[in-house]
Order: sequence, then C-alpha cells, then structure tokens
Amino acid sequence: MAGPDSTQQGGKTMIFLRIIALCAAVGACASVEYKGSGDLGVIIERAVGSVLIVNTTTRSKIARVEGLGDLSHASAVYSRDEHYVYVFGRDGGLSKIDILAGKLVNRVVQGDNAIGGAVSQDGRLIAVSNYTPGGVRVFDAETLKMVADIPAVYGTEGKASKTVGLVDAPGRRFVFTLYDGGEIWLADLNDPAKPVITKYKDIGSLPYDALITPGGHYYIAGLFGEDGMALLDLWKPEAGVTRILGDYGKGSEKLPVYKMPHLEGWAVVDGKAFVPAVGRNEVLIIDTATWKQAGSIPVHGQPIFVAARPDGRHIWVNFALPNNDVIQIIDVATNSVVKELTPGKGVLHMEFTPRGEEVWVSVRDIDRVLVYDTADFHVVKELPADKPSGIFFTSRAHRIGL
Amino acid sequence: MVVLALCLSAFSTVLFADIRSERQTELLYLLDHDCGSCHGMTRKGGLGSPLLPSLLAERSDDALASIILDGIPGTPMPPWRPLINVEETRWLVRILRNKEEKP
Repeated sequence: MAGPDSTQQGGKTMIFLRIIALCAAVGACASVEYKGSGDLGVIIERAVGSVLIVNTTTRSKIARVEGLGDLSHASAVYSRDEHYVYVFGRDGGLSKIDILAGKLVNRVVQGDNAIGGAVSQDGRLIAVSNYTPGGVRVFDAETLKMVADIPAVYGTEGKASKTVGLVDAPGRRFVFTLYDGGEIWLADLNDPAKPVITKYKDIGSLPYDALITPGGHYYIAGLFGEDGMALLDLWKPEAGVTRILGDYGKGSEKLPVYKMPHLEGWAVVDGKAFVPAVGRNEVLIIDTATWKQAGSIPVHGQPIFVAARPDGRHIWVNFALPNNDVIQIIDVATNSVVKELTPGKGVLHMEFTPRGEEVWVSVRDIDRVLVYDTADFHVVKELPADKPSGIFFTSRAHRIGL
Repeated sequence: MVVLALCLSAFSTVLFADIRSERQTELLYLLDHDCGSCHGMTRKGGLGSPLLPSLLAERSDDALASIILDGIPGTPMPPWRPLINVEETRWLVRILRNKEEKP
C-alpha cells in the first residue's frame, strides 16, 4: 500500500528537515561548543594599534584584533559577562571587542586625546577620561552612544582640565581628577541625563594619577607638584579631601622621573599599602588605618607598578628608565627584596592570572610576553607580541576600580 | 676657533656625524616610546605638550635643547642630561623639526 508508506516517508523527511533547520539555527550540530571566558585576556600592542586575545590556561594567543588606532597609552575594561572588552586609545578611540569571537564589534572616536576609562558598577556605562577636550564622556556599554558629557571646566577662565585617575565607585558613580585644575570630582550617574557632580577643590598641585582602594572605600590622588597625596573617603564624602603623607620627601634631592608611576592596582595587604615613590628608588609602606608612612623598602629603580600577587604574599615591582629591564619581588612577610629578574629592556606591565600562580610580563623592547611561575620564578612560556604594553585579564571584570 | 664657531652656530649635519647610526636608532626609539609615553607616539601630546613641528616653530633650537637637557622644573618634564648628551639633544631637535633624515 503506497498511501501509508508514503505518509510515513513524508513524516521522516519532515523530522530530518527539522533537524537540519535546528542545526542551521545553532550553528553546526557537530561543532556546538560552549566557551567560557574566565581564562581569557588581552595584550595591547602599542605601536601597531592591535590587541592580542590570549588564553591563560593554554598560555596561547587565540586571535589578533587590528585597527584600534593609537594605543601608545592604552587601557581596557571588561563587560561583567566577560564577553566584551572595551579598549581606550590615546587618540580618543573607544573600541568594543567580542573576545570570544575575536572581532571588533564597535568603535567610536569620542575625543582627540584620551587617557583611559572605567566601567560602571552595573556594567551598563563606559566612561572615558580625556586630555582633549578635557573632561569625561560617558557611553552606553551596549551601543557606545554617548549618554553624558562632563567637561572638566575649572577656575574662572572657562578652561577645561586634562582629567586623570578615572575609576568606578560603588553606587553607579565615577571619580576622577583634574590635572590642571587640582580638583577631584565625584560624578553620580544614577540618572545619566542629569549627572550629579560633587567637586573637591584645591586638592594639591599637578595630581597625575589616582586609584580607588579594593572595595571602593578610599580614592587617592598622587601629586606631582608637591609632596603628599590627596585622599577622599567615599564612606564620608561630606568630610572632603584630606592630605596624607604630607611630610614625605621633604628636604632631600629627588631623582629625575622618566616615567610617572601608575597608581592603579595599588597593593594593599594586611592593612598596609605598598606605593611607588615618585623620584626615589623606594617602595613606600603606608599604614591604611592612619595613612601615615610606616616604612620604606629600597629597590632597584623608581617603581612604576607595585602589584600584589592575588594572595598578597609577594609584591612584584617594575621600574622606570634607565632601570626598566628589571623586576624585583618583595616578600611582604619581611618587607625585603627576595628575588630579582631581568626579563629584558622595556618591562612595561605585569598581570597575574586570577589566583596568581603565574604572572604575564610584557617586555616591549624584545617584542615578547614572558609568563613566569610565581612560586619558583622560572619562565614557563614566551609569546611573541609587537611592542607589548598593557595586559588585562577578564578577572578584572568583577573588581571595583579596574 | 673655527671648530668652536661651528659648534656655536651648530646644526650643520657634519656635526652629527659622530652619532653612530646604532645610537641614532636608540635615540629614535627613546623618542617614540619613552618621550612618547607623555607626548604621544604620534607627538600629538598627552600629559605632556604636543611636539609637532608647527608648535615648536616659535621656540629656538637652544630653548628646545635646554628643555630636553634640563627639564622644566615644577612640571613632570624631567632633565634628560643623564641619558642624552648635548650633541644628541641637538640632533633630536632637528628630528622633531623634521629637518633630519632618519637612519
């Protein structure tokens, strides 16, 4: 009987076609593969304007994304799902990259000269700090459409200041500092159409960078034009900015500073902050209960990054010219240098894997990223990279201020 | 005396013959990457001023050389004298003005 057979045949065909349609909808049946991004990261290639997407488990490069403009001083933040990275370029470029697909998905040039950015606590806003035009611009993280423009106008002449030290703070706020104006601004973006700005004036001369402590309690700006640092307690913002470490450095000749230290990612361990000294070959120890200096550790050169391994036991330090070929490791238990490494000239950045068993080090002048085992300090892997600078792993996605 | 006069008037390329091409490459690398960290790799400025030829035109060679060698007190511009000598500085000024062939 042809009837029932053909009906059955027709049914099978229909099921088969449905399977094909389903396969087409999800990609390819045989190769459906779910990928996490918790062990991914990016490395900035500063001279050629590209980033490498890397995997820290396999210690390998998985993609290169090009065409990101001038990355001579670039930084990056992550979406909270660790799917996208936002890269901030010197030329004002704000690029959104899908790190799973290895593709640039959106890019806007939002200013003429920029110095970094931040992502809001809820991940919905991206803020960019500009030298030109001075101020901060805020964008929708999804579309990169501008939602707020905050020119950093100070004084009486209507001039806009270069802005530095932009970080996110709890409560959908951003904090940043006016380099020329000597002010700290706290911007509440709960309603992006109407940012509420609290300004703290006369915080000191030439604040060059700032940081927020882990957890977001204190915002601290480093001053270049005078001794000391400016501290804003975000639990008591009404108390205003106070000066800390005011006595530091007075009365002795300072060395020329060939590279400004970076304050981001300040090492805070067991109630002590380890801070790069400006113009001195020292790491300062500060008691975070009193914000007074509790000691100093002599090191090989002027520190740039003072980065704590995630467990806090060791602190890795790199240096400015002419000592930028060396890394020293400080043991927090004894406050002394326990190891010195010489990766090569132009050590620019160090990024620990999320739990700190390894650290990735960019060495600009040899076009290499070296991966060190942090327990025995041997090199476990070398990866080629074109003039590598900043390294940013996805674990930053869940940390305030990074 | 002739030599001295030449030095004072400066900026004859003959004067720069003593800078080995290896050193010239080092100096250009320093300019791109280390000066570039404040002034931008394209020299359009950053925390430091832009260093484009049109903006440098208003300053004399001596003034620019003195800023490079001794820095600008009260600002982040450091004195580069410990790392670069006078002759090398004058060569860099010419590079900044686009008056020198790159090696």
